[in-house]
Amino acid sequence: MSNLDVKIGLEVHTQITSLKTKLFCSCSSDYRGKPPNTNVCPVCLGLPGALPVVNVEAIKAALMVALALKCRISDVLIFTRKHYFYPDLPKNYQISQYDGPGSMPIARDGYIVISVEGGLKKVRIRRINIEEDPGKIVYPTGSILTSKYTLIDYNRSGIALLEIVSEPDLRSPKEARAFIDKLRSILEHLGLVNPELEGALRVDANISLAGGSRVEIKNIGSAKDVERALTYEIIRQSKALETGEKVRRETRHWDTVRKVTVPLRVKEFEEDYRYFPDPDLPPIKISLKLIEEVSQKLPELPDQRIERFMKTYGLSDYLATVLVSEKVLADYFEECVRYCGNPEMVGNIIVNDFKRWVDEMDIEVSKAVKILTPNQLCQLVYMLKNNIINIKILKEIIPKVLKYNKDVSTIVYEENYIDISNEEVLMRIVDEVIKENPKAFRDALVNPKAINYLVGQVMRKTRGRANPELTNKLIIKKLKELSGV
Amino acid sequence: MITLGRLIRKGATELVELFRSDPRLIEEYVVGTYEVIDRVEDLVRSYITLRPLNEVLADGVKVREMLTNGFKGRLAGLLIAVKDVIITKNLRTTCASKILYDFIPPYNATVIERIIGEGGIVLGKTNMDEFAMGSTTENSAFFKTRNPWDLDRVPGGSSGGSAVAVAAYEASIALGSDTGGSIRVPAAYTGVVGIKPTYGLVSRYGLISYGTSLEQIGPMTRNVSDLALLLSVIAGYDPRDSTTLRVKDLDYMKFLKPTPMKKYKIAVIKECVGEGVDNTVLTAFSRSLRRFEEEGLEVLEVSIPIIKYALPAYYIIAMAEASSNLARYDGVRYGYHVSVEGRTWDEVYAEVRSEGFGLEVKKRILLGTFVLSAGYYDQYYLKASKIRKLLYDEFMKLFEYVDVVVTPTTPTLPPRFGEALTDPLKLYLLDTYTVVANLTGLPAISIPSDIVNGVPVGLQLIGPRLSEGYLINLAYIHELKSGLKDLVPTVVSGYV
Repeated sequence: MSNLDVKIGLEVHTQITSLKTKLFCSCSSDYRGKPPNTNVCPVCLGLPGALPVVNVEAIKAALMVALALKCRISDVLIFTRKHYFYPDLPKNYQISQYDGPGSMPIARDGYIVISVEGGLKKVRIRRINIEEDPGKIVYPTGSILTSKYTLIDYNRSGIALLEIVSEPDLRSPKEARAFIDKLRSILEHLGLVNPELEGALRVDANISLAGGSRVEIKNIGSAKDVERALTYEIIRQSKALETGEKVRRETRHWDTVRKVTVPLRVKEFEEDYRYFPDPDLPPIKISLKLIEEVSQKLPELPDQRIERFMKTYGLSDYLATVLVSEKVLADYFEECVRYCGNPEMVGNIIVNDFKRWVDEMDIEVSKAVKILTPNQLCQLVYMLKNNIINIKILKEIIPKVLKYNKDVSTIVYEENYIDISNEEVLMRIVDEVIKENPKAFRDALVNPKAINYLVGQVMRKTRGRANPELTNKLIIKKLKELSGV
Repeated sequence: MITLGRLIRKGATELVELFRSDPRLIEEYVVGTYEVIDRVEDLVRSYITLRPLNEVLADGVKVREMLTNGFKGRLAGLLIAVKDVIITKNLRTTCASKILYDFIPPYNATVIERIIGEGGIVLGKTNMDEFAMGSTTENSAFFKTRNPWDLDRVPGGSSGGSAVAVAAYEASIALGSDTGGSIRVPAAYTGVVGIKPTYGLVSRYGLISYGTSLEQIGPMTRNVSDLALLLSVIAGYDPRDSTTLRVKDLDYMKFLKPTPMKKYKIAVIKECVGEGVDNTVLTAFSRSLRRFEEEGLEVLEVSIPIIKYALPAYYIIAMAEASSNLARYDGVRYGYHVSVEGRTWDEVYAEVRSEGFGLEVKKRILLGTFVLSAGYYDQYYLKASKIRKLLYDEFMKLFEYVDVVVTPTTPTLPPRFGEALTDPLKLYLLDTYTVVANLTGLPAISIPSDIVNGVPVGLQLIGPRLSEGYLINLAYIHELKSGLKDLVPTVVSGYV
């Protein structure tokens, strides 16, 4: 896939979930789980005569993001109306921002550094817009394509949203995912977004292959799905190009169930949104003083944190990067280290075992860290250091803790996981194994590599509880005895 | 009848004082007003929605009790007619459009809250051009309102219903809205006083938007004192409208002085008294100027050539904003709706908007959509915005050495029905002198200048930003000298 000439640009829509109220009215920004159409007022329902008033905290949040993404900030904030008819949009225009005559986005020309294949890559940010979220369309008996009827819930209407648009600098689905992960981590570190909330982070991905057309995949819900959808598109488009079929310029929909993209509408020309500055919202000066005030509140950002993890804890670039990719994970790591030290061991366990299983089981990190708490993880570290369990057992314990939500000690006890380090006990098992595998034993006499096979057999017999180093030692000892050396 | 008339003819300021000393008079006043309505409403048709007498009486009783308990509301007990473009809680608000024929709002406009807070009582919602688009009130989706001075003539628009309700003594005071002259034109045609305040002086929260950057709500009354009273109540900063100004001194009553509060220099714009203006209007205009001169005020002539671009610039901006503001009427959440079964959104929208909007509204939406389209935006909207800026600069320069600009409010007498509508360009010309104040955001008042051939003629005074006080002072002086106040049109002369 890497030899294809692929260009990917992303439009990430993120709600500013830390705000108390919506962008232009005093309705709560905590709309999730409320009965439909109860978190609304004349303003966010677009009733005749109602007027928007901007939430100043949203502007500060946007400035924070702009600073974190190293953007150029405009000296004036102008809201623009973007017109299109759609039932989730109560005014049939969205109050947004625009880069054009009489209008401008709050910030532009920034960048994010992502790690790709061991190296670093700068991905340019074209612009950041503040805008309002539309309501939510519900398809009660299927999907957008199959449902018999449609319901509209305006609880979400008017929630503050940032649209962060990248340049088409990304070259693979993997890079796209790395970009989103990094952006997500920055937003988390800024304390502005809880990306685990359903719908808090939505992505439109634009992708084109050399010789093809630009295809937009709308409304993808997670970084993982962005990677999947783009991978699917590359295969679909390159197949089409191979067979001489035309790749249409169109908008597609990512079907999360079937894991395919399906066409939504053909884009023959640029849609005309009839942008013009919203006369209800006079331009607001963005003073240097305000920018300074915001920049003083900037917390430690992911890049700085990665550096600190490497310096303070002696972690590898890889470990530090993975840990900081999610704020909860990095916080978890630091808390564990505070409990039981051993940063390298803790870091390795979190990245190689904990994170791996969390991904595999598709549970949220924030929930997982409440199951395998820092205290629990430190128990594992203690048992490992004191040879109560071995590393192989540890790898078995972690998924069990996550799956059954049980204490580490309970699982170790129930599964009888305590390490067999008693020489007498182990010797008896080694003897059994040698008796049962005469051929392997003979091989081992001439070929030291065959010893591993015997160690493996001991492990199998003890369901992993045998201390591997001791087993190794005992087998060699036995070999020496029997060969009479 | 005579006893009822005793209260009906009184000005708002005087009525409030009377009610304070004898709160029981409120009931007599309410019943008297409804008696007038019973007699003249069928002839003039000011109201789209009139609240039933018993409801309004109940409100009157409440105010009476409050007054008995020491309530000091500045509008206590007054009956107020409200243009149907202003949102009233639980009281149908139609904008004179089929698309909102059944819309009952769940909230009040800021101005309504303020009026109710001062003891005012809304008695009904008045007719207008649909979505305030028009200068004659002929574009109402429901019916036409007639001019009480001559039933064959239009009352002007778009706030025709409010103008007539006040002129025909069907209410004591009224609220209108003015996007391009919609308060001042009907005020001039019906012999009442109306002001388009400085942009941002009065909250637009709850004013159904047509041309957002141009329009203001304003009072329409039978005399200048009543106008000062109502303006003092509705003016002021509103946290719900980002375009309102933080103005500290909002007491306009203190400008009701019989002599000039300063040596006003008055400028006549040459371009507004030339070709296209009726002789009758010019005669009335000169007579008004003389009244000012007699007060020792200097009147001079100035030229603002760019003014000829004001009308096209106005229509481009107003229509562009209208096309955006009116996008929300799609029948999904409120208003006119059609069956959606088995149809796409686009089909539903097209049907709702085709059937719900009238011709003038559709015309302006289409033109507005066109001027905002990619490729035409710079040519029209941006260019119009530039003219607007130039015009504003011209007026700022002018106000460095004059205090007020005067023009006839309209170039002609009120047209007869059908006369104006047949020629759309002629119709738009009715707004020539008024749109200037909307484009520049400046305050402008229209007062009766004379009565010619049995119909009133209006005089417009435009001042610098936030000069409402001085405009009121001059209007008050003119009113005293001309005696043109609390005029009684022929239609109602037998009743009040």
